[in-house]
Amino acid sequence: MASHSESIIREPLITGKNITYGQITDDILRPVENMPGKAWWIGFTVASLGAMLWVVSISYTFWFGIGSWGLNKTVGWAWDITGFVWWVGIGHAGTLISAVLLLFRQNWRNSINRSAEAMTIFAVICAATYIGAHMGRPWMAVYSLPLPNQYGSLWVNFNSPLIWDVFAISTYFSVSLVFWYTGLLPDMASIRDRATGLRRRIYSVASFGWTGSVKTWQRFETVSLILAGLSTPLVLSVHTIVSMDFATSLEPGWHTTIFPPYFVAGAIFSGFAMVQTLLLITRKVLGLENYITMFHIESMNKIILVTGSVVGVAYITEFFIAYYSGGEYEQYTFLNRFIGPYWWAGCMMYGCNVLMTQMMWSKKVRTNIAISWVLSIIVNIGMWFERFVIIVTSLHRDYLPSSWAMFYPTWVDVGVFVGSIGIFFTMFLLFIRVMPSVAIAEVKLLLKSASEQAKKKHIDEGHLDPSHVEFYKENLIKFDSIDHSEYEKA
Amino acid sequence: MSSTKYILGIFDDPDDLMHGIDKLQKNSVPIYDVYTPMPIHGIDAKLGIKDSRLGYAAFMFGCMGGTTIFTLVYYFLVHDWPMNIGGKNFFAIPDFIPVTFEWTVLFASYGMAFTFFFATHLFPGRAPRVMDLRATNDKFVVAIDAKGNIPHEDINTILKEAGAVEVKHNDRKYVSYE
Repeated sequence: MASHSESIIREPLITGKNITYGQITDDILRPVENMPGKAWWIGFTVASLGAMLWVVSISYTFWFGIGSWGLNKTVGWAWDITGFVWWVGIGHAGTLISAVLLLFRQNWRNSINRSAEAMTIFAVICAATYIGAHMGRPWMAVYSLPLPNQYGSLWVNFNSPLIWDVFAISTYFSVSLVFWYTGLLPDMASIRDRATGLRRRIYSVASFGWTGSVKTWQRFETVSLILAGLSTPLVLSVHTIVSMDFATSLEPGWHTTIFPPYFVAGAIFSGFAMVQTLLLITRKVLGLENYITMFHIESMNKIILVTGSVVGVAYITEFFIAYYSGGEYEQYTFLNRFIGPYWWAGCMMYGCNVLMTQMMWSKKVRTNIAISWVLSIIVNIGMWFERFVIIVTSLHRDYLPSSWAMFYPTWVDVGVFVGSIGIFFTMFLLFIRVMPSVAIAEVKLLLKSASEQAKKKHIDEGHLDPSHVEFYKENLIKFDSIDHSEYEKA
Repeated sequence: MSSTKYILGIFDDPDDLMHGIDKLQKNSVPIYDVYTPMPIHGIDAKLGIKDSRLGYAAFMFGCMGGTTIFTLVYYFLVHDWPMNIGGKNFFAIPDFIPVTFEWTVLFASYGMAFTFFFATHLFPGRAPRVMDLRATNDKFVVAIDAKGNIPHEDINTILKEAGAVEVKHNDRKYVSYE
């Protein structure tokens, strides 16, 4: 039932007074139905400049070949695969939020799932560009697919994790896309029915003729639930397979059995950090403070803390196993992370990912927007360095000391990486302009059960346990979008 | 004879809407359909809409995807071009599991989503059959076929009593066609 009221001890998911269904639509569609503000234009200009840098760098790479990167005979994989794994990892949070949290009935996902899913799709696109780029001859990318060809046919090798990766990433992208777009249909219809002229035509096509009849909604919910059930093992399989690109090799520092769970935890960790980075700005710029509340921010910080700690345990395990294995090459590789020439990268990795996130045990840190934002950036940096350390630091000193080398990125390496961030933000900024950045229908579901005003009404009616009400009021103190004077006088 | 085709009871609140449906059903007024801006739980049971069978579709498509890729990989690596990798089995089943899993999920997701689009007539370019434009925003609309359901005044009264904020008599079935 729509009016089922939630326990008072749960924190509200929608804040603000006199919020109606119409108000929710208005608030969320404001950026779509009006011209963007100055902040959006500044962001969009910077992001598109970055995107242009990507176009230049990637064209340069395609024209002159992989030789334009800083790779050498010893370090044959560097920023390209670092960037790839980084982006794929970031892409994990969207599906985690939309699928896993749906299965666990975490209602707070309703107001962040849409933008997180969009972020997933854009991050996977960025990752995919690296796959194409690092092949050297990108027009040969077609040979990663099992298609009949003039060589026999010579098929791809299904014993190789690299081929599993082709299947995993493409499936992940496709399934995330259908999940995201199906969820968008009702909200596209909301835009359509408020628009006129050409806009209405465009959104009419984009909404597939959605009407919101009972049967469509019922089927829609079934589809969402089953897609969530399918996406949950999928999201875990994707980074597992990415980790196997490394783990099935014979490279010290790579061939560890802990890689799959360690990579998955790291992916969720970095993905949530990126969601946090984007949403803290989005909620401010688009004025969505009532829908993306302090409770959402704190919940995400808690997930960052948990996954960051899981990653920390994985790091310790790696070190212990390197020591315990007795393999001197393995031991050297791990020691080299601290005493080798890349000690600073190792410090960035362990410092940003493990030490900095431990600050989130403090509630003050978790509920401070500025600190949360800075920490989310630090996590993103740390996770980039994690991949850099795993890849470059493991490779640069191999079995033969005469071939030991360092990796120095060229401007093209830097351009491709910085440019991919530009591409990502360009797509994200366009997304919040043309599509609803919060799932309107799903937020409306919460209005009568989990909103601040519904809970306030229950408190005013006075049938609740006073100790519960007190607990609830204490929890409200951290919210920045609540008029606290209302509660003091009550 | 009146030119009314559909009578729309427009509600502000989902609970009032449910109440309205109960009242209409108690008075044996058949409901054509209900349009809401969000899913309302329990309404499908009230209107006698059967449970979705999309789960079965997803399962069948999943089986199809898994079988397809497993068969293909078997053909590629065991039958058509076996590769001797250190004398290991050509038919290396554990190695085939990741791709089999991926295509199971891929086929199940797409098969189910497209079945859903097909069965509910959703596709890009379909003219939206909307009875009231506010039904995707903040209004909960119950539609009653005017033909045969007379007198209309009684229906008006039932809806008003149930808490409808507005009752509309539409001469056209859908308002969204230009």
